Formats: sequence, C-alpha cells, structure tokens
Amino acid sequence: MTEMKPLLSVQDITKAFPFPRDLLQRLRRQPGQAVHALNGVTLDIRRGETLGIVGESGCGKSTLARCLVRLHDCDSGRVLFGDTDIATLSGAARRAFNAKVQMIFQDPYSSLNPRMRVRQILTEALSVHRMRPAAEIPARIAELLDLVRLPMDAADKYPHEFSGGQRQRIGIARALAVEPQVLVADELVSALDVSVQAQVVNLLLALQDQLHLTVVFVAHDLRLVRHISHRVAVMYLGKVVEVGPTEALFSAPLHPYTQALLAAAPEIDPARRSRRVAAKGELPSPVNLPQGCLFNTRCPLAFERCFKERPALPASGDHRAACHLTQAEKE
Amino acid sequence: MTPALQVRHLSTTFGHHGTPVTAVDDISFDVMPGEVLGLVGESGSGKSVTLRSIMRLMPHHSAVTGSVLWQGCDLMTMTEAELRRVRGGEISMIFQEPGTALNPVLPVRVQIEENLRAHTELSAAGRAARCLELMDLVGIPDAKRRLTQYPHQFSGGMRQRVMIAIALASNPKLLLADEPTTALDVTIQDQILKLILDLRDELAMSVVFVTHDLGVVAATCDRMAVMYAGRIVESGPVPAVFAQPNHAYTRGLLGSVPRSGTERSPLLSIEGTPPGLTSRPAGCAFHPRCAFATDLCRRESPALQDRAAGQAAACFHSDRVIAAGLAGS
Repeated sequence: MTEMKPLLSVQDITKAFPFPRDLLQRLRRQPGQAVHALNGVTLDIRRGETLGIVGESGCGKSTLARCLVRLHDCDSGRVLFGDTDIATLSGAARRAFNAKVQMIFQDPYSSLNPRMRVRQILTEALSVHRMRPAAEIPARIAELLDLVRLPMDAADKYPHEFSGGQRQRIGIARALAVEPQVLVADELVSALDVSVQAQVVNLLLALQDQLHLTVVFVAHDLRLVRHISHRVAVMYLGKVVEVGPTEALFSAPLHPYTQALLAAAPEIDPARRSRRVAAKGELPSPVNLPQGCLFNTRCPLAFERCFKERPALPASGDHRAACHLTQAEKE
Repeated sequence: MTPALQVRHLSTTFGHHGTPVTAVDDISFDVMPGEVLGLVGESGSGKSVTLRSIMRLMPHHSAVTGSVLWQGCDLMTMTEAELRRVRGGEISMIFQEPGTALNPVLPVRVQIEENLRAHTELSAAGRAARCLELMDLVGIPDAKRRLTQYPHQFSGGMRQRVMIAIALASNPKLLLADEPTTALDVTIQDQILKLILDLRDELAMSVVFVTHDLGVVAATCDRMAVMYAGRIVESGPVPAVFAQPNHAYTRGLLGSVPRSGTERSPLLSIEGTPPGLTSRPAGCAFHPRCAFATDLCRRESPALQDRAAGQAAACFHSDRVIAAGLAGS
C-alpha cells in the first residue's frame, strides 16, 4: 500500500497533570508529583479510516482523544492537522479546525446541557461556527435529526426526556452539525445497554459510509473495537505499545501486553473457555512510572534489557510493536 | 441430585407514589450444588433485585412474595435471628462496587474478622490466622501488612478480592455475586473470574452470577437465565442457549455482541429500549421490540415452557426464532 499523507498526525506528544505540591515539598523546594497520562505518543490517522484506540482505564486513551481536538494542549510534541500544528491555531483558524475535528463524549447524561432543548443544542453548534444563515437552520436541524434516526418532534424536547441511546444520537447530531471530517468518539457506547449499543454502532457505521468520515474510536471493549476499526492502536500507561491493521493485530498480536489483553477478554463462545489467568499483577501507578519498558512489571517474557531501556515504536511498517523481543525477532 | 437453592414464584414490588411497581415478576429457578448460574439482563431487568430479595436485603417499602428454599428451609419465613445465621454464613454475597461496599474507616482486618466473629467459633488467635489464610486464598500478596490497611489503599481489583475474602470467611455453600467485575478492567476481571471459579472447585460452593456481560457468562457459567422486564424469558445450559436461543430477546442480545468474522457489518440489534418499571407493556413485555410479535403476544404473556436440550423459554414463537437463527436480521 502506498503511504498516503495522514489527515491527523500525532508526533511524540506528552501530557502530565501535576498535583499541587504539599507543604513538605514546598519547604524543601522539591518539584511536585504528576500523573503522566501520555508519555510520547506517535500515531497517524489516515483519511477515511476508523482507528480504534484500546487500553485499560488510566492508559491515557481519553487524554489522547482530548489532545486530538485540543481540549488539552500537550506538554511537548505536536499534533498536525494536514500541515498545521494545531497548537498554533487561534481565532477563526482555530474555530475552523474545531469544526473539522469534532468530539462525541462518553457520558450521555453530563455532555448535554439539561436546560437546553435539542433545537437549541443543535442551533448553538450551527451558529457558533456560522454554518448556516439563521433562516436555513430549522431545515438543517430536521436534516440532522433524520440523519441520526430521531423523530422530528425530538427538536422541542429536553435531554432528560430521552433514553441513553437517544441522547448519544443527539451528541452525534451535534457533532455532525458542523460537517466535520473527523469524529473523535470517546467510549461512545460504554454507558449503554448491550441491545442499545448495537443500534448506535450500526448508526455510526452507516454515517461513516454516507458522509465519508474519519473516525477515532476510543474504547475499552475489544469486541466493539475489532468490529468497527480498520486499524487499532493499543495503549498502556500513556504509550502506544502496538499498532496495526485490525485483523493482523487480533489474529497475531506482537506485544506481550496485547496478547494478555486479548486473552483476558472473555470469548463469546462457551466452547472456547480457558482457566488460565491471562495477565498477573496490576497497572503500575502513572505517577511513578517503571524504569525501562512500562510493561516490565507484568510481562512474563521480560529480560534484562527491558528493565534498562524503554523500547520505542518502530517508525515504519503497517503492524508494529514497541517491544525489544519482537523487534529482536524481526532483525 | 437435589438443588441447593430453590426459588419459587418470587415477586418483588415497590411502592411508587401509591401505585406499586413490580421489579421481579413471579420467577422460579434452581441452583444445583457446585453449579455456577448466570443471571443475565440489561439494566432494570430485575436481576439485582432478585439477588437481594433472596437474601431479604430489600428496603421496608418493598414487598417480597414467593418462597426461597435453602436446604429445606424457607428463607422468606425465617425469623431475623435464623436469617442472620444463614446470611453471610452459609450464603454470602459480593457486590458490584467494592469502593462503596467496604467500610472506609475500618482496616481490612477488622472487616474480615467481623464475619469470622459472627459465624465461627474461632478464638482471637484463630481468627488472626484465618484472616491471613483468606488473604492468601484470594491472592493478595504481603497479607500481614495489607490486613492493617484501609480500603482506599487498595486498587479496585484488590478491593474486590477483599470483598471475596470477607464473603468466604465463613465457608459459604452459596455465593451470590452481583456484577462483581463490572467496575474492573479486563485483565483484572479475568483474574477475579478465574479466582471465583477456582474457589468454587476448592470449596464446592454454588455461585449465582448476576451480570449484563454475555462474555462473562460464556466464560464462567454452567447454566444461565435471561431476564427481561422482571421475568425469566429463557433458561438453559450455557452452550445450548448460546448455540440456539429460543427466545427472540436472547437472540437479539446475542446478536448485539460483535463476533469475529463479521467486522463492519451491521449488528443484529434490538430496536427501542428496555421498558421502565412503570411502563411495562401488556402481554409479552418484549413485544414492542420484537420482530416476531403477533397479536397473541400483545394480548397474553407467555409462560416459561420446557424446550429441547434442557432449555426453557417464555415465547409463543420459539420455533420461528430458532428457524431465523443468529445470522443476519
């Protein structure tokens, strides 16, 4: 495959959230501690694809999603949209970027203003971005509701009158109102019941085809990510440990963490039951990161080098992992 | 073999602005000794209320009817004193949110000892030894030091292990687990599920596992009962139900979960949302969302009937559901 120019390019970004320093630290003039949410993430998002980002809680996947839409500014590294560094954007240029890269949030209860009708929620998006003259807004709202399969009378209701699944549709309609190229969906369906999850996932897939959207799908549910993604990036402690085409990554995972994660996810087939524990131990604290490879505290295959040197994600290749062992095998 | 637990015609209603609402509607099931039974359903289907009703942990404004036979005695008619011996003793329970189920101001040792004091004759030294043994059993390293710590010093997975240690302190014969891994990450969930299965083998307990995750059911349960709107709509051995659901709801639920090999194709979803407690439809509660529904379904509520392969389903159109299979909608 020829390397197409990525639509969004994440280059070695880091993000830490510092704690306030306590009295002792201030008296001793020591630096405070911080949660290291992202520790050098490099990732390309290609036009038209669905990129799944998976990992357990605390792995930095939501922080990464927020950095993509510039809800957080990263501490170092940069996010390129086309050729522009999004951190340099301001004023009208920033607004234009925000219209092209939209986010849908995890919690359908807190991400919609409870005191605004759906019509107001959608109108706000349209008028902030000056998408339509006022006269055309009602028609556009009807179009948007139709797009997300909500009835027309939904426009005059408040968010509390809808179920969780319907609220997520409103969130999708709000994001689509400004005709984005990229949708960043952070745990889009994890708050919903299983039967409702399937409806929203089906809707997302249909919309992507219809509107030629690029989707960044952040989730912890491996089955869902496998179902909708073209490519998948696996995160652990604020780093991408493996990235590759969905089929390759799921059928032949390279990184020991990916292997453990896949083995731990219960199979939907009762005949393929296993009694072996997939990964021992727990996630280390993102405040005090381990030396060397971040997974070395839990890795069954860790050897000397893993405790000294942090492996980097290879710069090229379709399917690659940040692991000394798999890189050694390839050489 | 006689069942360890027999639940018969259990119903639970709550007062709701004067009009009572039914959370659990006339359900019956058995749990065999050493068996893991999965109680599956979406939010509001009544699965947690069922578990709490069995243990008579429901608030005063609710009414529970029916019988729960535990080794020949009816838990529903026991006196409080008799019930206290069974509760936390022969039957233990673990809850979904280990953060709120543990007491934040007591060290873990005190919380495990509390159960030992209530249900065993052990001396102080015996209890201390048993605490250490339990911590080892549930796989908490450095038990001696950890016993003196408070719940906030434990991670989510470790807190769940502490809860399991408390539940196991009295050597229960039945473990009621209410979504014990829903709040946990997948690698930690995997550890806890396998711990529960190992303990079941080691201690010969029965387990009732309440969950909404069909993956958890497939990985851990022997038999399953699917709940919808307060009723059991289908039950049977896990492999049989997964291979051939007899109820349209079970079919939709299984179809809603993505499987490998069907990437990016539409999932077999169920239209609409589960009904609220106050707005359950007449007839079969599932009919407004069901592709197989007929006039009969809108009028009458089907009873749970035995089918082939040890399955039972409450559906007038099981044969059509089976014929439709799991592929495509």
